[in-house]
Amino acid sequence: MTETDLVNFTVNGQSIAVKVHTDSPLLYVLRNDLQLKGTRFGCGSGSCGSCTVLVDDEPVQSCTTPLWSVADKQVTTIEGLGTPADPHPVQQAFIDEQAAQCGYCINGMMMTLAGLLKKNSAPTDDELLQALDRHLCRCGTHMRILAAARRAIMQINGVAL
Amino acid sequence: MNNNDRLSQLSELQSNPLLSSWIAIAENGMIVLKSGKVELGQGIGIALMQIVADELDVSMDSVQLVAGRTDLCPDQGYTSGSNSIQVGAMALRQVCAEIRHLFIEQAARNLNVQPQDVQIQDGLFYSAQSTKSLSYGNMSGEVNLERVATGSVGPKASHARHISGSSSPRPDLNQKFFGAGFIQDIELEGMLHGRMVRPPSYDATIIEFSDRDRTAIQAMPGVHTLMVCGRYLGVCAEREEQAIAAAERMRTCITWKETATLPLDQPEQDWLSRLPSLTSVVDSSLTEESIDPTKVKRNALSASTAERTQTPEQNFSQRYSKPFIAHAPIGPSCALAQWKGETLTVWTHGQGSFPMQRELSRLLELPISQVTVIHADGSGCYGHNGADDAAIDAAMLSQAAGRPVRVQWMREEEFSWSPHGSAMSVQIEATLSPKGQITQWHQQIWSHTHVQRPGMSLGLKCLAAFHREPPVSADISTDFALGAGGGGHRNAVPIYTLPQRRIDYHLVTSPTLRSSALRALGAYANVFAIESSMDELAHLAGQDPIAFRLNHLTDPRARHVLESISRTSDWQALQHNNEVATETACGVGVAFARYKNSGAYCAVVAKIKVTDRIVLDQIWVAVDAGEVIHPDGLVNQIEGGVLQAASWTLKEALHWDQTRITTIDWENYPILRFDETPRTLEVQCIHRPESPALGTGECAAGPTAAAIANALANAIGIRMRDLPLTPERLAQAVMRD
Repeated sequence: MTETDLVNFTVNGQSIAVKVHTDSPLLYVLRNDLQLKGTRFGCGSGSCGSCTVLVDDEPVQSCTTPLWSVADKQVTTIEGLGTPADPHPVQQAFIDEQAAQCGYCINGMMMTLAGLLKKNSAPTDDELLQALDRHLCRCGTHMRILAAARRAIMQINGVAL
Repeated sequence: MNNNDRLSQLSELQSNPLLSSWIAIAENGMIVLKSGKVELGQGIGIALMQIVADELDVSMDSVQLVAGRTDLCPDQGYTSGSNSIQVGAMALRQVCAEIRHLFIEQAARNLNVQPQDVQIQDGLFYSAQSTKSLSYGNMSGEVNLERVATGSVGPKASHARHISGSSSPRPDLNQKFFGAGFIQDIELEGMLHGRMVRPPSYDATIIEFSDRDRTAIQAMPGVHTLMVCGRYLGVCAEREEQAIAAAERMRTCITWKETATLPLDQPEQDWLSRLPSLTSVVDSSLTEESIDPTKVKRNALSASTAERTQTPEQNFSQRYSKPFIAHAPIGPSCALAQWKGETLTVWTHGQGSFPMQRELSRLLELPISQVTVIHADGSGCYGHNGADDAAIDAAMLSQAAGRPVRVQWMREEEFSWSPHGSAMSVQIEATLSPKGQITQWHQQIWSHTHVQRPGMSLGLKCLAAFHREPPVSADISTDFALGAGGGGHRNAVPIYTLPQRRIDYHLVTSPTLRSSALRALGAYANVFAIESSMDELAHLAGQDPIAFRLNHLTDPRARHVLESISRTSDWQALQHNNEVATETACGVGVAFARYKNSGAYCAVVAKIKVTDRIVLDQIWVAVDAGEVIHPDGLVNQIEGGVLQAASWTLKEALHWDQTRITTIDWENYPILRFDETPRTLEVQCIHRPESPALGTGECAAGPTAAAIANALANAIGIRMRDLPLTPERLAQAVMRD
């Protein structure tokens, strides 16, 4: 761990420069250097989806994303999605459906859904399932998570609920 | 009900009799609810807040929850066994009833009226005879809550409750959905990041860890402390990724000696019942002599209609099994610890802050008063996972480093070192009369212990104690007492009318994988076995599975739940639909149990399709949990219980070679994915506001497993009795058929 270099990137609209080992996983830089704790460690191998963030609007697993690879890119985390006072439609839909048990996996899923809706505001159910395929939930909250995702899609498209 | 009766039913009030242990009222009127039961994702916090607001007649906004702190909260033991509402919340409700009464009396004195003329609305006390009003805050200095509960008044009548039975949104989700709210997010000043270095297998010992290697690791960037105590090892570093790198280097530097101590990884009945065990009789109307095993074995029948004999009695004998199952939380365990001189504070997401305080006190030989344990929410645990060991790891690392430490378990650590839900095998032998009544039932259960939780019995139960020098061994020769719900024998006694029955429990005492409490404990395997048998016996008797169960059930609530599921799933039509189904094989199955025979009643109907695998199509659930405090929370628990159990049933098993656990990541331990969920999952909750609330968190597990296996038998006529029902095993079963 010696290759320390300055890496410039944007997080939630803010320009950031951090000087740590450039191979450091983005996950730890977000959580520990930038105090953005909502991105969650789950497996460290990109196989559960808990640590999903958007890089240039694409969902990526931040636990297997080295810092150098986000140089000059735009990173969005759950903190950049919305606030309790001004939630993103996806966050609002999850609140409306109370779509969580422990809630640990949810932030990663909301990032994936926000990314999906940015590209495709009216995904089909198959596209929805495909987008969530990389995400694991252990509490068995799947039905509510899907209901929240469908609610968010309807809200974004102005469909009355 | 007299005073003593009221209190004698509230065990947690007997161990925490002071009203002030449960509730504090601030001058500003804020009601502080002090809970020994903690949030595990089951939504208990909001349910307890609703109980307090209802009983004290205050708004939800004025109730603040403080949970799982040994310095502030009552010792309610572990948050487990679906007891938080059934036991804990009822004690809390009684406390609030008494507090409300004390404040009414005080208000009467202050308003100069009679207590019966005082009314409360939204936390304000007033009387038609007075123009003044008073609040809880106004009188908080006048009413001393440092007094024991007397049972002199009882809680409100059910019709007078306005909040219980509604579903307030969970306040914790407003944090969690926006990036906060978990133990993983806590930072302490001057904190180091810790990682443990575990042995590669249960009995591995260190042959060499050279001074040169130690020095090299110590010199790695950011490394602060190497902790080496026997084979209990860890590392602390300034940055998280530095701790990970150092732990990885340490793991590869050490030369280990490993021993092949595990049985061959085969279906459970091939090894579990052959290990040494302690046998106890769980329930019996039969003496040992009256059971004639030769008769049953000689005439053992399969459930195939073609083989049905014309003998006056039919004998049935089958064995069922489940494998070791991992808790597998999405977020691996995490904890923080901070020493100030000889006093220790530990932050944990474990299920029992007070038992953890006792374990830490014993392990570290510290007076209880010098150990504070604080709960913080973690990823769902579903029982005794790595959380408790992580709490102890944090304390040990922090002691070694002389600085606060946050320890985070890695994914493979959770799979290979956390306790798991024990493998189980259940043998059921039964005799069916010519009229289709079960006349004899003999059930035998083989299982490892389901309770190795720290701080419950005198022996130490943590990895630190097992691995440090000098080590202690785990005592695995006891299980959860049947009177307290049972471990491997949980739900071993069928709810059905079986006048001649005997149930034996063989607690396997020869260690294999480390086991402890996983959601539902033995109920998952026992209900799977009993409800599969009931289905097989119904088939032998030529009866409809629901009708066959009803013929053996007298409990009116049990009957009502089965009749309800029959209606909501349109059971008769489902059967008919299957007969006309064409290309894809479809099937329906039903199963039922009352959790622990004392908790919620739960019936599940599963409709499946069979391709190269079992595909969940539709699931219906009917639940009777008595009074429902927070209906949405209950439904959420049932939905989660069904899908988690579906995942266990269709996919999950830990594997090992004879030395190591080999399933250490999600690739090798797949769980239910979004595209494997059923099309619909409907939960029907039978409200009984007049009846005591019953625990629901674990009631769906067993019925779900059996409903799926029964649906498979219904679909293709093949009975699978060994879990999980994977595509590979399905293919083997079809080949054998």
